[in-house]
Order: sequence, then structure tokens, then C-alpha cells
Amino acid sequence: MSNYAIETVGLNFSFGNQTIVKDLSLQVSKGSIYGFLGPNGAGKTTTIKILLNLLKSPADQVFIFGKEINSNRIAALKKIGALVEQPAIYGHLSGKENLINRCLLLRIPKSKVAKMLALVGLTDAGDKKAGKYSLGMKQRLGIALALVSDPELLLLDEPTNGLDPNGIIEIRNLMIELATKHNKTILVSSHLLAEIERTATHVGIINKGQLLFQGTIDELHLLSKPMVEIEVDQIENASAFLVTAGYEIASKTDSKITVPFSSSADSGKLNTLLIQNGFTVSSLSKQRKDLENLFLDITKNN
Amino acid sequence: MRSIYISLVSEFYKSRKTLAFWAAILLPVVICSLVSFGFYSGADKILKLNAPGMMLWIKYAGATLNVMGILVMPFYVMFMAFSVNNIEHKNDTWKSLFAQPLNKFSIYTAKYLFAVTLIFICLFLFATLTYGFGHLLQVLVPKYTFSQYNPSNFLINSYSKLFLSSLGILSLQFIFSLIWGDFLKPIGIGFVGTIMGIVAGMVNWTYAYLIPYSLPALALQITQVKKGKDPLDFEIFAREIWVSLIYAGVLFIAGYFIVTRKSIK
Repeated sequence: MSNYAIETVGLNFSFGNQTIVKDLSLQVSKGSIYGFLGPNGAGKTTTIKILLNLLKSPADQVFIFGKEINSNRIAALKKIGALVEQPAIYGHLSGKENLINRCLLLRIPKSKVAKMLALVGLTDAGDKKAGKYSLGMKQRLGIALALVSDPELLLLDEPTNGLDPNGIIEIRNLMIELATKHNKTILVSSHLLAEIERTATHVGIINKGQLLFQGTIDELHLLSKPMVEIEVDQIENASAFLVTAGYEIASKTDSKITVPFSSSADSGKLNTLLIQNGFTVSSLSKQRKDLENLFLDITKNN
Repeated sequence: MRSIYISLVSEFYKSRKTLAFWAAILLPVVICSLVSFGFYSGADKILKLNAPGMMLWIKYAGATLNVMGILVMPFYVMFMAFSVNNIEHKNDTWKSLFAQPLNKFSIYTAKYLFAVTLIFICLFLFATLTYGFGHLLQVLVPKYTFSQYNPSNFLINSYSKLFLSSLGILSLQFIFSLIWGDFLKPIGIGFVGTIMGIVAGMVNWTYAYLIPYSLPALALQITQVKKGKDPLDFEIFAREIWVSLIYAGVLFIAGYFIVTRKSIK
């Protein structure tokens, strides 16, 4: 049995001549919250649609809980709950009726409906027509619809889109609760790294259909090595001096030199060394390249 | 079979508050009431014709049937095919429907059967209400001769023919509505088709029976009456019915292939 809830092996997908997904090898471990990151148009939604077999993938490239999706479509879909793009809701039915309809289709007792409405905070609005819901309420109803069958794997495509800060925090807490307490695997896509950073245990970064990074959130942090930024006079001389003293210059501007950070003591030594040799250090600080910039770098360089 | 049944129950559940569902009930109630009211308020004029029971029934039921056969039926069927699919187009729910652990064929078949069921309910009500209101008229206007003739066979045969002859249009319009999410394309094509059907039927074009849209009108033309037989006791499975059923079958299967290839972009 595979340890992955989702595994794609060199997945390729194109609409006509336009390649949307290129050699994508996702590995989503069971029980993880996998943040699927990428700018708009990177191929996230297409990938999610392939995982739901809404778009047909080539044979033997997509596996859900170890089973090939095309030949095990129904078995795979039984384990998945999904929210794709805008929530798919019947506007003329109430929130409650939308859930009842899903229960009918999935042969689930209707008693689950009230529980689901409570879970996403829609109990009071349960009898209101879903077409009259705000975007945030629709999004929450969409999540309730995805959760009603108690699936092992949740695919959430930009679930916090259009939500207010409170709504975003609620969804975030809900995802963490589902993964930790109920042992669900969640793949959540977003174009906002800050959003993913707060919940995900694993991250995959996709741009132009290609996976640029995949690993744990800690591994992503490791990519952004801390640096020491030194504001100093006689910048050319100072950098030449540091090079001869055995330091590696990461970058240099008109007023600042950046070198890799090793320890606080080492930074202190560096400061002393510069001052003793007649340089004036106006500031020296430890910098961590924030993930937002890292994300931009990773996606820009490709 | 079970997933077809489940999908069908779901279709009823989500459509029960829509106009498409209520039209199946309202259309026969409104049309039959209007015709009956006409027969009640204009009883004097009709009584002057001195029509025997059978002729009175033909006049009375024919008033509804002719309107239905030529114009209302094709449009009603188009509207049904449109509504059943539009509920998914409008709410952008195709993706969530096809992401359910249900066989695609079941989902498609249930939608088709739902439309067929509604058309059946509609025509069944037409026949029942015609029968019932006819007898009610007899009570209200005792001089009428409705009680002299039992129209059951005539009504069952006419409405069965109308039902079967409309399945060809249904399958064709079903495909159009499946492909296009908007109202204008499927209804526009259907409108042109219906006009073509009416014209072809009126000029008695030899191959009119090949146009699905002219089949309901053709089905109601009672052409061959054997001597000595009840002219209203006609055969149901005439040529136009077979043509309609063949259209329905072939296009139903074609529609399924369109569904399986339907990419949800």
C-alpha cells in the first residue's frame, strides 16, 4: 500500500497545443496538509481537476491512495471531497437542501446535514437560499459539501478566496483540526505563500505547469538561508578586505555588503575586524529572506 | 441501476422548486381548464352543432391535442431538455456532479429519464384532465353528449403517440442543451426545426417524417382508417413513432459519448 494519498508520476497535460502541466510529480503523504502553491495560471486548478478525473490524465500517471485513477475512478472519488474554484452550489436551493441533495447522491444519512452546517457556521443561514449567500458563506457551504461524505482526502482549491480575515482564520483552524484530529489528508492550493505557511506541513511550488520545489515546510525554510547585512563605508575596500579575510560575499550594493550568517559570535567578530581595520560600520543585522521573496525568486527564475 | 435511481431521486429533489418541474403540472391544468371553460361558456354554440358523442369528444379533445401536437409539445420538450441541463450550467455544478463517485452513464441517464418522466407526467395529466373535465362538462351542461362515447382508447392512443413521437426531439435537444449552456442556441435551433417541421407537415412533404420536429404533428394526423372500424381506434406504432424512437435511441447513445468526452475546463 502506498504511503501517498496522491502521487503523480511525470504527469503531462495539455489543452490542444497548449501545455498546462509538464512532467509533474506530486507526492502528497497521508495525513499531511500539502500546500499547493503557484501564481495564477500556474496549472493548480487543472491539476486538481485531473486528480478528480474531471480532466482525463494519461494512463499510469495519477494515483490516489496507490490506485490508478482512470481505472479506479469511482473507488478513488469515494475517498475524495473537493472544492474546485467557485463553490458549485444550486442557487435556488437553501444551504440545507444543497447538503441534503449531496446526501441523497452519496447515500449518506440526512442527519449529517445539521452537523455539517454547524461545523462551517451556517446553522442560522441553513434555510436561506444559497444564491443569496455572501461569497464567504458560499465558500463555507462548498467546504461542508466537500466534507459531508467524511472523505479521507480533501482537495481545496483556493478555499479562502473572498473570505474576510475571520473567515480565513476559521478555515485555517478547520484544516488543522481535520488533519490533526481526524487524520485527513488535505491538498490546499493558493497563490499566497503566507496563507500556506501557517497551515501546511508540506509544500509544492508550481509555475507554468512545472513543479519547482517539493518538500516539508522546514525544507522550504532551509532554502532561505539567513544572511548578515553590513552597512559600511569604503564599500569596495571593505569587500576586498572581507574576501581576503576568507568571507564569502553573497551580494553587494552601494552601501551594503551581505555575507552568509553562521553564528552571532561570528557576526560580532566580523564587526570587530572591520572596525579594527579602519572601516566605519553603521549597522549590522541578521536578515532572513522572507518566504514571500523566496517564492517570487523561485517562480521568477523559471 | 441503483446509481441511476439515486441520481433520478436527486434530479427530482433539486428540480422540485423550478419552473420546469411545475410546468409539467401547470401546463395541462391551464390548457385543459381554458378549453373546458370555452366549452362551458360557449355551450349554446356547440350544442347547435348537434354533434354525437364521438364527434363531441373529437372536437373537445382535439382542441387541446392540435395545439399540443403542433406547437406546444415541441417547445415544451425543448424547454425540458434545456432546463434539466441548465440547472448544472447555470450553477456551474457539472464539475461537482461529475466529481461524485457515481457512474457518468448513470448521471446522464438519470437526467434523460427525468426529462422523459416529466413529459410523461405532463401528457398523462393532459389525458386524465381531458377525460375528467369532459365528464364534468356533461354534469354541468346535461345536454352535451359526452356520456354517449367512451373516449379512453382515443385519449390513451393519442397521448401515447404524442409522447413517443416527442422522444426524438427530446434526445436531439438534450444534446444541444448539454453542449451549450445558453438558452438561445438550443432553443433557436429548436425553433427553426419546429417551423421546418410545421411547413414540411403542411405541404405534405414525402420525407417530413424524417424531421424529428414534425413527428408530434404527424403522429396526430389520423390517416388510415379501415372501413367499418372506429376511426378513433388507430394504431400507435405507426411509421413516425418508429422514426422517433430510432432518433431517440441513437441520439441518446451519442449524447452519452458527448458526456464522457465533456472536459470540464
